[in-house]
Amino acid sequence: MTRAFSSEVDTGSRQENASSQESRAPFRFHRNGKGPRLPQIALLPDGKRLHLQDGPIDLVIEAKGRDADVSAAYQAAAERFTGLLDELCAELVELRSAADPQRCVLKGVVARRMHAAVAPFAAGCFITPMAAVAGSVAEEILGAMLEAAALDRAYVNNGGDIALHLFDGEQFTVGLMDRPDRHGVMRTMTVDSDMPVRGIATSGRHGRSFSFGIADAVAVLARTASQADAAATVIANAVDLPNHPAILRVPGSELQPDSDLGARLVTRDVGPLAEHEIEQALEAGATRARMLLTSGLIEGAALRLLGETRLVGATGNGTLVSHTFQARTIDNTLQA
Amino acid sequence: MADTITVAAGDKIRCDACPVMCYIKPGAAGACDRYANHDGTLVRVDPHVVLERTVSHGGKLVPFQASGDWDGKIVRQPELFVTAIGAGTTYPDYKPAPFIVSSEVDGVDMVTVVTEGIFSYCGVKVKIDTDRYLGPETAIVRADGEAVGHVTTSEYGSQMVSLGGVHHLTGGSKKEGRVTCDTLMDLSNCKAVELTIDGGATVVVQAGKPPIVNGMAEERMRVGCGSATIGMFAKQWHGKVDEVVVVDDHITGVLSEHQAGKLLDIADTGIKMKGRRSTPGRYFQVADPGTGWGGTNISDPLSILGPFNAKEARPGLTMLMVSTTGEHASYYVLDEALKPIETEMPADLKFSVERIQENCEPALCTVLFMGGAGGSLRAGVTDNPVRLTRSVKDALTRVTSGGAPVYVWPGGGITFMVDVTQMPAGAFGYVPTPALVAPIEFTMKLSDYAALGGHMDFVRPLSSLRDSAEVRPMPHLPGRRA
Repeated sequence: MTRAFSSEVDTGSRQENASSQESRAPFRFHRNGKGPRLPQIALLPDGKRLHLQDGPIDLVIEAKGRDADVSAAYQAAAERFTGLLDELCAELVELRSAADPQRCVLKGVVARRMHAAVAPFAAGCFITPMAAVAGSVAEEILGAMLEAAALDRAYVNNGGDIALHLFDGEQFTVGLMDRPDRHGVMRTMTVDSDMPVRGIATSGRHGRSFSFGIADAVAVLARTASQADAAATVIANAVDLPNHPAILRVPGSELQPDSDLGARLVTRDVGPLAEHEIEQALEAGATRARMLLTSGLIEGAALRLLGETRLVGATGNGTLVSHTFQARTIDNTLQA
Repeated sequence: MADTITVAAGDKIRCDACPVMCYIKPGAAGACDRYANHDGTLVRVDPHVVLERTVSHGGKLVPFQASGDWDGKIVRQPELFVTAIGAGTTYPDYKPAPFIVSSEVDGVDMVTVVTEGIFSYCGVKVKIDTDRYLGPETAIVRADGEAVGHVTTSEYGSQMVSLGGVHHLTGGSKKEGRVTCDTLMDLSNCKAVELTIDGGATVVVQAGKPPIVNGMAEERMRVGCGSATIGMFAKQWHGKVDEVVVVDDHITGVLSEHQAGKLLDIADTGIKMKGRRSTPGRYFQVADPGTGWGGTNISDPLSILGPFNAKEARPGLTMLMVSTTGEHASYYVLDEALKPIETEMPADLKFSVERIQENCEPALCTVLFMGGAGGSLRAGVTDNPVRLTRSVKDALTRVTSGGAPVYVWPGGGITFMVDVTQMPAGAFGYVPTPALVAPIEFTMKLSDYAALGGHMDFVRPLSSLRDSAEVRPMPHLPGRRA
């Protein structure tokens, strides 16, 4: 991926910097390794959503409820977020190692949640707790918010891995994009409070982390964000055509020296595939998704590859996913 | 894990921006996608924020009073102009989340357009109004001991230094880059910066303020070169003094030999100048450059004179020696041995020296920020970046920096210069890349924006910004707009 090197505007007026440097410009503290490293904590300009960022973690949060509850929840989110990255980094070596399906040596509550989310898959394939880091962090922050306040509805969106809170009668609509590097919504889906879904995650080869598979996007609904995160990774890995010549794979460590995937081959590029090959790859992923559905690890999934979509999921009435994922726009009208 | 890393240790760098401490290969980015290894240097690859993105991601928008020269036809409320200052956020937008939280627009709250950054290529051009010698051309200019730029070709009454640029920002050591960035930002934000020049002076530079050379505040620009000064004041000296030498590093003028003196029939005095005679009464290189008289290195002006010629000189002959700023002046009378003896200056000559001072403009440092908006920033504005460039060149799109007018260089790209004193306070920031952060705004008609491939779906009405609690008025600093 080539990309221009760039910069950004990060300061306000001199006066403002003087008065609120700590909360507005955390980067100033990185420069010489001295002083505290604070996350970025700011309300987005709509005045409703909270933006928290620290290192690779980037959260957009919204809570709905009484004003006092919302502000208490945001306060709790910011407090819990501060230092969270350091907590994780203290166990980074273990978190980047293959998870043991039985035993968890991790200590941090988020680290342990990450392990718990990937453990069901660890016996069958290589997976590290990092596969669930985004969802686990989202879940932790949402938990802190709910401990501090009674909310009607809330979400913590960690770069597409979303932890949800829905009180009675509330619902949540998300838009699904198949290509995160473009904009345009392919589908929307609605999660109602009476559904067990409280976590949504997406994995695929275009995201920030690497995939063994070739899926453009695998969106998963699960009971928790950490579970959704781990499952999306596993299903996206399964959307694959092993040894296909049109698929370029390189060792993960060649792209990121400290990748938790080590020298394992990750997908770098996908050339043209025949229609039946796309079907075959999607079916491989869908099979995996159905297994996870049967074992209760997910509530539904949408798999996307080269313009084709496969939905997996059934509830008692057999319509959860197809009902939930409503094709909203014509797939190919995405803005390129 | 560490034991699976196969790349040579020298290839990668370790990012220390956060505790993840990623190892990053050349050409790759760290886990956050905010920092990358660019030819062995850790650089920040955060997108720059223009308006659309800002609104979506927590940036502050800064309106301020735009200057009156814009007709206001394009922006509907001429009194309100939205600048990019303070627009920044750190959201990694090149990879917008595949799920976008809903409820804002049409059931779905879109992640906004990718807008990439600016001003990895930037610097400042500093004009320092002084005739004092700051250092040889091309000499390295340092801040905190680090090379941040160089002395470039001088201009009228001024020494010029060029600071920053990508080589100092990211091409040298980490400290060099950081110090360069600090220097550029401070100068651009109208703060004082002390610069030392290899083989030259130490100068404190602050936009809109007099330079301080080797601890001495410069007060005035010279009224002209030594020769010009003779021309300007010859009549005023006529009859009050026999000889005048205007000491100047560039061209030292001698009244009795100068064309202006000849026209007034001023008699020869037998004066003998050192240096190289250019034309009558005009001498180059009477001394070496320095911070003494008239930008030379001399503190005793008599040192530029040879012995007076006994054929023409006479005892009692009077002579004024003065620098081009009137800051230095001495009065002499030749003794019996034709040796100049310093004597108290008569009042009418003092007056002429004061007149020279009065005619010297205040010496200032001026700082022009210069930056190039390359492909990536333009892509944040339009799908078809070159059309933005063309639109700027065709004057359909007006470029401003913090609302201040800019000069856009002809040629490729959108490379512009802006007087930092015209910009609102604190307009500049930095990122640890290091790179300088400066506001840039493109203003155009909505129809033109659509025509050049603008992200129409991200355009929002000004009124929606005015109502925002995030809008804050820029402090008005009297005198900033010189």
